[in-house]
Amino acid sequence: MKYSSRLRIRRVYAWRGRHSSFNRKLKIYDYHSLAISVEGLPRITIINIGQHILIESEDEDNPYVAKVVRLFGDESGKQKKATVQWFVRVSEVPPNKLKQLGREPHPQEIFFYQGRSCDDEVNAESILRPVQVKHVDGAAPFPDDGDRDALYVKLSWDSKNFQMVDSDLMDSAAAPPSSVPPPPPKPSLPPSPPCSPPAAALASQGPARRALPTPDPAVMRRVASGEVRYSRATASAGKPCHAAEAESLHSATKLSASKCLSARRRNTTARTPGVRKKLALCSPEKKSMSRDDVLDQLLDEDLESEVMLAQRLSSSPPHTLTLTHRLTPLRKPRMKPSTVIINRLQISEMDSPPSSIRVDDSTRELLDKSPQQGDVMEAGLPTGSVKTPRRRIATPRGKCASRGQKATTPSQKKETKILREPSLGSLAEVDHEDSPMLPVTTPRSSKRKSACLSSSRIRKQLNLEEQQDVDSDADDVDSDADDADEFLPSKKELQSSSEEEEEEEESVLDSEEVVVVRKRARPTSSKKTTTTRSSTRTPRKTPNKKITPGTPRTPRRATPSIPSRSLPARQPANVLEEARTRLHVSAVPESLPCREQEFQDIYSFVESKVMDGTGGCMYISGVPGTGKTATVHEVMRCLQHAADEDEIPPFQFIEINGMKMTDPHQAYVQILQKLTGQKATADHAAALLEKRFSNPAPRKESTVLLVDELDLLWTRKQNVMYNLFDWPTRRHARLVVLTIANTMDLPERIMINRVASRLGLTRMSFQPYSFKQLQQIITSRLNKVKAFEEDALQLVSRKVAALSGDARRCLDICRRATEICEHSAADRSATGLVAMSHVMEALNEMFSSAYINAIKCASVQEQLLLRAIIAEFRRLGLEEATFQQVFVQHQALCRVEGLQPISVSEGLAVCQRLGACRILLLEPSRLGVLQRVRLNVSQDDVVFALKAD
Amino acid sequence: MSKRKVKDDHMPVGECITQVQEVFRERFCCQKLPEQPEGVESQHKHLLELLKRTAVHGESNSVLIVGPRGAGKTMLLKCVLRDLLEEKEVQKNLLQVHLNGLLQTDDRIALKEITRQLNLENVVGDKVFGSFAETLGFLLEALKKGDRSSSRPVLFVLDEFDLFAHHKNQTLLYNLFDVSQSAQAPIAVVGVTCRLDVLELLEKRVKSRFSHRQIHLLSSLTFPQYAERVRTQLSLPDDFPDDKFAQDWNASVKNLCEDKSVEEVLQRHFNSSKDYRMMHMLLMLCLSRVSVAKPNIKPADVLEASKMCFTDAKANMLHGLSILELCLVIAMKHLNDVYEGEPFNLQMVHNEFKKFLHRKSSSMYNFEQPVIMKAFEHLQQLELIRPVDSSSAKTQREYQLMRLMLDHSQIMEALQKYPQCPTDVKQWAMSAFG
Repeated sequence: MKYSSRLRIRRVYAWRGRHSSFNRKLKIYDYHSLAISVEGLPRITIINIGQHILIESEDEDNPYVAKVVRLFGDESGKQKKATVQWFVRVSEVPPNKLKQLGREPHPQEIFFYQGRSCDDEVNAESILRPVQVKHVDGAAPFPDDGDRDALYVKLSWDSKNFQMVDSDLMDSAAAPPSSVPPPPPKPSLPPSPPCSPPAAALASQGPARRALPTPDPAVMRRVASGEVRYSRATASAGKPCHAAEAESLHSATKLSASKCLSARRRNTTARTPGVRKKLALCSPEKKSMSRDDVLDQLLDEDLESEVMLAQRLSSSPPHTLTLTHRLTPLRKPRMKPSTVIINRLQISEMDSPPSSIRVDDSTRELLDKSPQQGDVMEAGLPTGSVKTPRRRIATPRGKCASRGQKATTPSQKKETKILREPSLGSLAEVDHEDSPMLPVTTPRSSKRKSACLSSSRIRKQLNLEEQQDVDSDADDVDSDADDADEFLPSKKELQSSSEEEEEEEESVLDSEEVVVVRKRARPTSSKKTTTTRSSTRTPRKTPNKKITPGTPRTPRRATPSIPSRSLPARQPANVLEEARTRLHVSAVPESLPCREQEFQDIYSFVESKVMDGTGGCMYISGVPGTGKTATVHEVMRCLQHAADEDEIPPFQFIEINGMKMTDPHQAYVQILQKLTGQKATADHAAALLEKRFSNPAPRKESTVLLVDELDLLWTRKQNVMYNLFDWPTRRHARLVVLTIANTMDLPERIMINRVASRLGLTRMSFQPYSFKQLQQIITSRLNKVKAFEEDALQLVSRKVAALSGDARRCLDICRRATEICEHSAADRSATGLVAMSHVMEALNEMFSSAYINAIKCASVQEQLLLRAIIAEFRRLGLEEATFQQVFVQHQALCRVEGLQPISVSEGLAVCQRLGACRILLLEPSRLGVLQRVRLNVSQDDVVFALKAD
Repeated sequence: MSKRKVKDDHMPVGECITQVQEVFRERFCCQKLPEQPEGVESQHKHLLELLKRTAVHGESNSVLIVGPRGAGKTMLLKCVLRDLLEEKEVQKNLLQVHLNGLLQTDDRIALKEITRQLNLENVVGDKVFGSFAETLGFLLEALKKGDRSSSRPVLFVLDEFDLFAHHKNQTLLYNLFDVSQSAQAPIAVVGVTCRLDVLELLEKRVKSRFSHRQIHLLSSLTFPQYAERVRTQLSLPDDFPDDKFAQDWNASVKNLCEDKSVEEVLQRHFNSSKDYRMMHMLLMLCLSRVSVAKPNIKPADVLEASKMCFTDAKANMLHGLSILELCLVIAMKHLNDVYEGEPFNLQMVHNEFKKFLHRKSSSMYNFEQPVIMKAFEHLQQLELIRPVDSSSAKTQREYQLMRLMLDHSQIMEALQKYPQCPTDVKQWAMSAFG
């Protein structure tokens, strides 16, 4: 898929500060930190050693997570490298290994990577941004907060199994050296900076984040649980700045209850955030980020705490209910957060010199506190704005990601975007009109709105889910419609709520000096603010939206299974039963005899490709039952074992079967699902795979793909086959494709040149088993269980080798022979071994044609009709006659035999009966007497069968 | 107690007859399973053992039951299932899925039906959700998850198995057989078909995965066995309420079967087919003639019923034709004789008919062309004649080539029975050349 609408934003990477050390030998400089700035925007993101970062990956929704261990570059400064400690996301762990976890992985869980196969040196320019990673104690549950930005580490992953992470290792990680990085968008959102829409420019100016409430109840819970490091009170205490103080003061006085709460929180956390805050303020490098973050947090908390209060005390004071019930007349308490925010807006507006010059000048900030504050604000501006457009683009993307599991087509996705864009535009406009009056109302209303929206959406989705499941296409349309719905009413809501706020405003007009401040602020708050705000409310929905697919979707993900039996299956009791169990085709043999050469060839082929990290194709052919799939599986087992033993780098093995899909294009879906666990429509899956295999990635395991029954993947354009063989040739794919089909000349016969050429000439053909091999196979399977006489075995293997060389057949005959033996043993009480006679009987049962017996057992008239047919054929000298002709013969024969001649209908009925058994081949019966009759058995067989009695 | 017994012993005849009809209707129409399937003991044992191994040991198997129509394939399977489910261990574990090739006409429907019958998770009530591909993936995953010892065995019964082989790519069969040949949930696939060449319908890789077990049901019934079977089928069971009536009835049935004419009729039926359903049809017709006034089956009833069974449908239809239509049919017969079965058209038939009128008709007179045309069309509607090719639009109706769908013997037979057939028409039909 092409997201051509998105512009790539260039990021500029620069070292911060002087290099700390210099390695003369390698000519590399070590640095402490790296600054990333987005071109055209004044914000700088700083990466320090020890910080957790996100790194570009081919899957934009799930960038890699790592911790910076070392930053270094060459003399010229052109090459910037970072040594990292990797973390693995759940989605990166092979699904089959995930089972080892023994529980459902937390969506935000990551694993400390201890494998060796990944290069831990990355290009520093692939770093996206910092991320928050928390260490969770092994036994403790995952913090159930709504902070979807944070990732949690519990276990380590060494590409084989999971282990507890020792907390020392993670401690430094849990508490980053200076301050918390700005909360990045959720992991499932695109990592963004690389690309941002034109809308970014429009949205870039306002203090978007500031106006952004955190309506997420989960976040509130987090606040309550005392996990947040910066409570509002402490933050305000830490800030000497007058504005902030004033604001916090009055907000504090108003919200004494919430203050109490926050105070309690502070006690429980037993930290001194105030001190930390100061530290953070003083450390110049971190400042812009930290402040911004602090501010965000602060603002969020203002609202959070209130909402939390509302939730907590929802029973006692009536006014707290106002937040949840919009129509309650009490307005005063609702007013507070907005005024607070306005305060801040105003502050930031007040002492805001041109923003761009601020950021790079860090020394001056140290000296002057108040501009510093302003600086913080300013720095916050771009951050917020950068984030905002990012989130906004994220909206469709994030949704796609979530819907990707429900299978989306790219075209539909585009539609979604188109649908959304106008609504966004109109939204912005509406906001713009309202803005001079009500700069702060929207977020809150949107908060409430989004809350009820999300709940309604959950409800709706729960209802819709079943219907959606019926058809994935319909599903998309549905959700598209949903999206459209969600936007339009929210706009209305926006208006109405702002009107509401207007009233509120008037009602509180006389109350405080804040109003004055606000009035001052209003003219200054420009369009920019409003527009960004309009965009900020969009992201608010996105996270909410994100929750919805999870809850109702769970039953879909439930792994289906046949219910387990109430009584355990009986174990084989005697030798014959034991032999039968071993001889069942499904029994996995200890080794695969007679395919050593083929095994070796495939093994070395795959091994070499995996070792080199290259890709390749191999075509394996052979008639059914010659052990093609079994051999490949055996090779894979051995290779996996070798990988476990660290003899070769780890790889991922996935398998598709042309027969096990309904349509060739489903191959993409299955590959994608087995590779990443994602669900998508065929087109989308093809696009994702294309991207995965063609884009370079800092770390990637080799993939071995087994395509069974290749011939069924044939399509008219052969694009499925083409892609399957084309991906391995990509430079970064590291894909090995093993294909299996029955015919040797399949590539020449059905593939067009460009496909056949890509398949290459690495071919292997499995010959049918010879009788010796078959005998060996049976013997090895029986493995010293003495159930067969030597001669009997030889007879079976010779017979099967002569007929087809199909090992399955051979095993089935042996199994049947044991049954016959078991039955006959009862009355003969012979050796108990399967003898020649039993095998002969089994062979007869399976290979003898039933026609002769059927003719022998046919009724008199049926036999007569057959004779009449043969007589007529001989008369005509043809192998075909109409029923009318045959019937004349039949009448004559009846007279000869002294039987009463039968009527035409009866004759037809006899004929139809023979036709149903396929002894005769008939034309459709509506032709009546005119239908032509042919024998499906040779005339000699018929004559033989009729003579026999 | 004794009072009731006395009462039971002397039930009124009418009530007895009702009881009798109930018993036999259940036997002949509802296909009540016999206590013990006759003549197929070895097959019964084979199948029972096989299914038991799946149910008890968790061994996957596949088998085909092949035999002509009415040979008792379904009866055998049902008997085996009945016997199998008597075992408690089996009853608790075995899951059954019944599919019919005539109902599940493609894999999509079949998969939905399987999912529904297995009550898997994407089933709500009676509805199955998910696209075709999803359902397949879902089902395969479900079967894959299981293993030999822990999951419940599933029995798949595929009626009209041959029709499943015509599904696209034989996806369903491949997957079922593949599961049965791999270490997944234990399943037994039982196919029921009347086609002897069913294995040739399977694609080579599907065929390879099939275990090649076939149970052939070919009735090697002899006539004495057949007659005996008729007798047992007509006999009343021991638990019939009125003992005396039952004894009388059974005695009369015994006499009936020994009757010469009845034996002849049965022989004729036996010669025609060994199909149990045909026999049941005959016996049902006999039974319907039993009444209070005539509380047993007479040989005449059997003869009458047999005649009903063997009537020729087409010849019967001729009885309802008008004289003109009959004349046209006779003209066609002559044309067939002259031109050795070459097709004819309306004009030729009309000419032939006119020739007959011209020569020796005393009772018939000429009809208008439209009347002839109408009669001709009526014959076509009755499918006594049919156009040679279906492209009727090109040619005029009078000149469209037709073929006669009747045999000479049918025409002659009909003429014999036709009420008040003019003699000259009969003679015309009998004469060698028109």
